[in-house]
Amino acid sequence: MADLSMTYPQAQSETSTSPISRWWRSNRSRLTPYLFIAPNLLLFSVFVFFPLLYAAYISVHQWSLIDVPEFAGSQNYARLLGDLQFWQALKNTVIYSAATVPTTLIIGLFLAIGLNRELAGRTLLRSMYFLPVVVSSVATALIAAWLFNDNYGVINAVLKQAGVGPVAWLSTPKWALPSIILTTLWVRIGFCMVVYLAALQSISPSYYEAAVIDGATRPQQFLYVTWPLLRPTTFLLLILNVIYSFQVFDLIYVMTGGGPGFSTTMIVQYIYRAAFANSEMGYASAMGIVLFALILLFTLIQWRINRRTEQFV
Amino acid sequence: MMVTTTSPMRRRFETAGLWLLLAVGAAVMLFPIYWMLVTAIRPRDEVFSGDVSLLPSGWVWSNFVDALNHMPFLSWAWNSTVIAVVAVVITVSINLLCGYAFAKFRFAGRDILFIAVLSALMIPIQVIIVPLFLVVSDLGLLNNYWGVILPRAAEAFGIFMVRQFMVSIPDELLEAARLDGASELTIFLKVVVPLSKPVIAVLIIFTFMWRWNDFVLPLVILTDQEMYTVQVGLNLLKGQYNTEWTELMAIALLSLVPMLVIFVFFQRQLIQGIAGTGLK
Repeated sequence: MADLSMTYPQAQSETSTSPISRWWRSNRSRLTPYLFIAPNLLLFSVFVFFPLLYAAYISVHQWSLIDVPEFAGSQNYARLLGDLQFWQALKNTVIYSAATVPTTLIIGLFLAIGLNRELAGRTLLRSMYFLPVVVSSVATALIAAWLFNDNYGVINAVLKQAGVGPVAWLSTPKWALPSIILTTLWVRIGFCMVVYLAALQSISPSYYEAAVIDGATRPQQFLYVTWPLLRPTTFLLLILNVIYSFQVFDLIYVMTGGGPGFSTTMIVQYIYRAAFANSEMGYASAMGIVLFALILLFTLIQWRINRRTEQFV
Repeated sequence: MMVTTTSPMRRRFETAGLWLLLAVGAAVMLFPIYWMLVTAIRPRDEVFSGDVSLLPSGWVWSNFVDALNHMPFLSWAWNSTVIAVVAVVITVSINLLCGYAFAKFRFAGRDILFIAVLSALMIPIQVIIVPLFLVVSDLGLLNNYWGVILPRAAEAFGIFMVRQFMVSIPDELLEAARLDGASELTIFLKVVVPLSKPVIAVLIIFTFMWRWNDFVLPLVILTDQEMYTVQVGLNLLKGQYNTEWTELMAIALLSLVPMLVIFVFFQRQLIQGIAGTGLK
C-alpha cells in the first residue's frame, strides 16, 4: 500500500481526514472496473452460481421442504437410474430434439438462402417468418391447442374436408408429441432464418465471383463456398437449439401438461413435478444436475467435433 | 448473392417458383396469429358450429369486453408491466456498466471473470429452478415482484452484447475525458452511454420481451393469484376455461399487444440482437 500512494503523491497532500477516504483516492482508478462489474457478479453469484452448488448439495439429500435435509449419499442418483419414468422423459426429450433441431436448421437455411435473393416483397416475407419469435410460449401453446383441438380445431376441419381426418391430436399419446413438434417448428424457424441471413450477408461476393470463373455451378457454389463458410453459424445454431429443446418446458406445460399419460413429459417437466407436486427436492435437484451435465457434455462434444473438422478444411 | 450462369428465362421461372413457395410458407406461418384474431372477434356460436370459414360472419368486438369482465387480465398486465419495466431499468444499467468494464479496462482477473459471465449463459434457469426457488424463498421474496426481477437481472447475453459493442469505442475519447479531470462515472454517463444508444435500444427491447414472456420463474415464485403475471394467468385460464375459446383467444391476443408493437416498430433491433448471437 505504501508504494502505491507514492505513485499518487497528490493523494497524500489532500485534506481528506479518514484513512479510508485517503485509501479510496489513491486506489480509485484500480478499483473502478471491479465496482462496475460488482452488481452483476453479485446477482450471478446469488441467483446462478450458488443455486447450482446448492442443487449439487440438495441432490445428495432427502428433503421434502418441511423436514430437515437428511444425507442420502448417491441414493437419488441410483434411484434415477432405475426410474422408468425418468428414462421415458429422457427418451421423449431426445425424440423431441432429434425431430426439431435438424428440421429447424434445414428450413431456416433454406428460407435464408431464398430470402437473401432479390424477391418482390422479401422484407414482408421475412417478417412473416420472423413474427413467432416475439410470441410468448404460453400464448403459442394456447393458439396451438386451439388449432389442434379435436372437435373444433381448424386443422381437423381441413383434414375432414380432405377426407383424411379427424385426428385426435392432443388427446392420444401417438399424436400429442407430433403436435408439439410442429408447434416448435413454427416457433424456432424464424430465429434460425435470421441468424443464417446475417451470416449469408457477411459472405463476400468475391468468393462467388471466383467460383463462377472456375466454372462452378450453383449447387457447387453452395457446397464449396456457402456451406463451409456457414459452418460456425450452423455449429452455434445447433448448440443453441439443442440447449433450447433439452430445457423445453413452457410450451408443453401449457399445451399438454406432459400428457396424455406420460407421452409428452420432458425432463424439465418431470423435475418440476418431482419438486413442486411431490416435494422431493433432493430427487428433483439430482435430475437438474444430470440435465446440466447432459447439456454441458453435448456442448463439449460439439465443440470437439467442430474443431476437428475445421482442421481439415 | 450467388452468381449464376443459367439462362435468364429459366432463371425467371425459378424465381417465380421460389417466390410462390416462400409466399405459401409465409401464409402458413402467419395463419395461427390470424386464426387467433378471427376466433376472438367472431360470433361465439360460429366458433363451435363445426364449419370453419376463413372470414368471420361479423366482428363482435364485445367479445373482448366480456373476456376482460370475466378474467382479471388487467391486474395481470399491471404486474407484468411493473416487473418488465423495473427489470429493464436494472438490467440495462448494470449490464452497461459491466460490459463497459470488460471492454475498456485492464484489471487482474478480467478474463477469468468474463469466462464466469459466459458460463452463466450455459446454465439454463430450468436446471436450477429448484434451488433458485429455495434461495428466493429464504430471502423472503416469494409472491414479491423482486422475487422474479432480481434472479434474472444480470443477463449474460446482455453483458456479452454490450462488451462487443463497446470494444469499438475509441480509447482516445476516454483518455481525453480523463485528462480533463472527469471522474470514471462521469465518463461513463457523458461519453460512453451517448455513444452506445444502438446497443442500449437492443438491450431494452430484448429485456422487456424476455421479462414479459417469462413463465417458469413467475409460475414458481408468484403463487398468489393477485401477483400473477400475464403468462401465468393465461396458463390458469387454459385450465379453467378450456372450452371458452373465444375469450381465451381474446385474452391471448391482448397478451401479445406489447410484443406486436415492439415487432412492428423495432424489428430492426430485434433482428440485430438475434443476428448478433450468431455472428460473434
